[in-house]
Amino acid sequence: MCSYIVEKTALVGSAKDRKAWTRIDTANVYFDHPYHSTLDHVLAIDFTNEGEGGRDRVAIELSADSACALVERILAALASGEEGCAAGWRTGTADGVVLNHWCVRAPC
Amino acid sequence: MSHYRGLEAGPVMFHGYNGDQGAAYYARPTLGGKYPGIVVIHHLPGWDEWTVEVVRKFTHHGYATISPHLYFREGSDSPDDLGARVRAAGGVADAQVMGDVAGAMAYLRAQPNANGKIGVIGFCSGGRHAYLAACTLSGIDAAVDCWGGNVIVDNPKELNAKHPVAPIDLTERLRCPLLGIFGNDDANPTRDQVNRTEAVLKRFNKTYEFYRYDGAGHAFFNTYRDAYRPEQALDGWRKVFAFLSRYLMTSAASIAAA
Repeated sequence: MCSYIVEKTALVGSAKDRKAWTRIDTANVYFDHPYHSTLDHVLAIDFTNEGEGGRDRVAIELSADSACALVERILAALASGEEGCAAGWRTGTADGVVLNHWCVRAPC
Repeated sequence: MSHYRGLEAGPVMFHGYNGDQGAAYYARPTLGGKYPGIVVIHHLPGWDEWTVEVVRKFTHHGYATISPHLYFREGSDSPDDLGARVRAAGGVADAQVMGDVAGAMAYLRAQPNANGKIGVIGFCSGGRHAYLAACTLSGIDAAVDCWGGNVIVDNPKELNAKHPVAPIDLTERLRCPLLGIFGNDDANPTRDQVNRTEAVLKRFNKTYEFYRYDGAGHAFFNTYRDAYRPEQALDGWRKVFAFLSRYLMTSAASIAAA
């Protein structure tokens, strides 16, 4: 369906389009009709830098199944991430998957 | 039905809400004569290639046609980037869209080819805007709502400063015949919402026609989408042109076509 339902989150990171790397501070996430994909609905994520006006975006469109699979791989990658920079790792579980969470931001 | 294979089309500037000057796409038959006008209200994703094709299609069928760029105030980025930004901002304000539609209507009336009749057609959010325009703007002779969602707002919390009133609550003020085109598999509007809209139109004794298509969902006219349904779309377009011809075509336009 066409809607204005958008999940937003602030984030810290960088994204690269064809030209260059750029800092990003926001992700707009929505499940709606795509612009490029031929699927009827996609999970779309627009990465923007709202601090610099938010005019440019790095956009992705995924099928619902792909988005779920990606979420699982993201969590798995974080769980298996290096422990060398960690200070105060805390281990928890979600649906049987062991997760490591940053408690405090430690300079690497 | 006459077809006008010669047409002139291109970008123009129009004065919309608050007198703001913005871009529109305008097309007219090159054969001399008087023609009814159509305002094409684009869908939520933006003022895109499919919108341009729709404008040309209407002109092929004998209309002077304009589609105002409802997101022109956001800049000159690609349609999908503008659409994404507008979506993230919760859309554009109804008052602004109505001002832009009124400005597009004024553009059509000012042309020497105007026969005095104007219709509006919208797709998706544009369908909702067409419904809203038919209830709030004067000078519309026929309106077409193609799968406009949120005409009915079941959750009052969804009303906000940009969209303060559900269009269904303005139905008593509907001033022209209304055509509705819907896919029965659509999630916005749902089949139930279309039924309830029809009930309100009947209650206020409005002139309307609703056509609902099995095996079709949202945006089933759109050839760029997986949702495209050729058989249903062909019939839907026939319904659209028959409806608009009945209310907008005058003898002057018919003579021009001969």
